[in-house]
Amino acid sequence: MIPAQFEYSRPAGVQEAVRALAEGGEDAKVLAGGQSLIPMLRMRLAVPSLVVDLGGVVEMRGVRDDGDALVIGAMTTHDQVLRDPLVHEHAPLVVQATSTVADRQVRHMGTFGGSLAHADAAGDLPSVAVALDATFDIEGPGGRRTVPAGEFFVDYLTSAVSPDEVLVSVRVPKLTGWGTHYEKFNRVAQAWALVGVAAAVRRSGQTIEDARVALTSMGPTPVRARGVEEALIGAPATAEVVNAAADRAGEGTEPSSDVSASGEYRLHLARVLTGRAVAAAGGL
Amino acid sequence: MSRINLTVDGVRYDDDVDPRTLLVHHLRERLGKVGTVVGCDTTNCGACTVLMDGQGVKSCTVLAAQADGRTIDTIEGLAGEDGTLHPVQQAFHERHALQCGYCTPGMIMAAVDLLSENPDPTEDEVREGLEGNLCRCTGYQNIVGAVRDAAATMRAEVPAPRESTTETVEGTAPTTTGEVAR
Repeated sequence: MIPAQFEYSRPAGVQEAVRALAEGGEDAKVLAGGQSLIPMLRMRLAVPSLVVDLGGVVEMRGVRDDGDALVIGAMTTHDQVLRDPLVHEHAPLVVQATSTVADRQVRHMGTFGGSLAHADAAGDLPSVAVALDATFDIEGPGGRRTVPAGEFFVDYLTSAVSPDEVLVSVRVPKLTGWGTHYEKFNRVAQAWALVGVAAAVRRSGQTIEDARVALTSMGPTPVRARGVEEALIGAPATAEVVNAAADRAGEGTEPSSDVSASGEYRLHLARVLTGRAVAAAGGL
Repeated sequence: MSRINLTVDGVRYDDDVDPRTLLVHHLRERLGKVGTVVGCDTTNCGACTVLMDGQGVKSCTVLAAQADGRTIDTIEGLAGEDGTLHPVQQAFHERHALQCGYCTPGMIMAAVDLLSENPDPTEDEVREGLEGNLCRCTGYQNIVGAVRDAAATMRAEVPAPRESTTETVEGTAPTTTGEVAR
């Protein structure tokens, strides 16, 4: 399968990329690592007139310590994230989820920002970004703006990044004193999550002081499981509390049915996996 | 058209490519590197795996233009110039790690990539490391065995300092750089 013809631009900087997108108009498309876009180009599900390849934008690669947060450049590959000591130290949840993304080859090309901007409902990183309260720095013709994770994911394959904008970096707050865990259920032959659960728990002795839980593939966008969090915060750190909280994992979700799983089965998975994720994050 | 230069199996090539050209098609159809095959064409099977700057990638999911300036290693460049097989190739041969052979070029390149990072993988680590490569014949058992055999062979070899293998090929067409102009 061969993609339809397109013009190709390889800017060296963010502003140059934004200008290229403006000149390309509505049918211009950003290429990050290409591990989602190129399959769509091949199947002609995407037929852009211009592809703006960010592969040459060096300033968008790498991880930087910014005090109480890490700033991860959008063009940092999954493989680079997995090798980065700062991410290991301050955002182990990102490391754990990233290690489950696709396979080695895809992780060598695919990027942190690309998979977030692609906003695949079955992608692993969106729910992690939501659980960690990450913020997104986006640059467009009008300058730079910052979008919180709760507003970044709009619908299936739709993020807050407009066609004339570029996701530059993602700010991931450091969670000091928290335990985290990403629990995922997928078919063996493909790494897309049937359901995934990102959990972060902060304990003080035998009490759960704070908890954050977000779900992958339980609707068109990642779902923050507020009911689960409410049941956990302030409660004793026991298996009974975790199980009762996990029973609320379906609240506010719209799981779809497809060839791999019915919506009902996804609801079941969400409850089971939430229990496991919270227990692991809370050290239970 | 986009002007790209690639170093493929130690030889530098300069070419003009249509931006929509996939790396695997460029390798096969322009450079004649038909050892790298197209399998599923949907980023699932890994048969088209090559190394880009030493890391395994699925060449059906890389634009040739994205590879500009990079070094590509394919299955065709793996054996020594005298025909001596690479330890992974030799182990696949000895362990009968294939039946139809279609997945083999990608499987071997993915194994080389894995072993460059983990020289002594457990069986589970081999299976996980090769999760991006599908084989519909073997049931994987002999592939996993071959990769672990190759790992043992490679660990036993005395690492010799590698000389740069990059050479420049004179093209038949007039060229100012002395490199192949295509």
